Amino acid sequence: MAVMVVQGNFDPWQEIQAYQNAADCLPGTVGATSVFVGTMRDFNAGNAVKGMTLEYYPGMTERQLEKIVAEARRQWRLLDSLVMHRVGDILPNDPIVLVAVWAAHRGDAFDASRYIMEALKSRAPFWKKERLDSGDECWVAENTKGYKSD
Amino acid sequence: MRHLSFNYPYFRNGVHVMSNKASIKVRYFASLKENLGRSEDHLVYTGLMTVREIWCSANPGQPLPCNILAAVNMDYVDLDSLIEAGDEVAFFPPVTGG
Repeated sequence: MAVMVVQGNFDPWQEIQAYQNAADCLPGTVGATSVFVGTMRDFNAGNAVKGMTLEYYPGMTERQLEKIVAEARRQWRLLDSLVMHRVGDILPNDPIVLVAVWAAHRGDAFDASRYIMEALKSRAPFWKKERLDSGDECWVAENTKGYKSD
Repeated sequence: MRHLSFNYPYFRNGVHVMSNKASIKVRYFASLKENLGRSEDHLVYTGLMTVREIWCSANPGQPLPCNILAAVNMDYVDLDSLIEAGDEVAFFPPVTGG
């Protein structure tokens, strides 16, 4: 189980491969891998966006991510997980977040990865400041709801 | 709103000279940090206080933003939670990661 706050770009698919190759517990036991990758769009709320800066709270951010993963482990049977989140300056199409979950069965993998992602969106202390095509900068006020019923 | 029992002394922008045990570190992030024009304050600990009172002491006359979130020692807390000497209190807007 790993959580990482990443300065600079990263390739989520290479990170998954490398993590999976190094995880001794996975070979032969994994029946399901669920992966979520969030990437930066070049538009938001009707505005063209040319970049953004992601601020975080060093120490608290990692602590909250670890708590979220621990909550998921208590609710579902997981073999392993990897959570990575970018900070600093980001460009459109760059990966922002990776949540990968390994389990014996798909139900645990799907549900746990969704839970981790939604909890991250609402509780992990990251803040986005967008740079618009117009030259203006603006803080994103809040995240959209992930579940339709929210 | 101003909290009369705890207006002063406080020291801004890291210029305090107290030991950590006698002080409260207050941190601000993102748009709140920009609006206030500083990233942290250091307050003298004078007894049990709530997180809300910490805000009032550090920001006299400045209303607490309605959607603000607070943490003590890097865990989320209610604004009425009590803080202790040496605690790190943080205020920040809704989170927007992911």
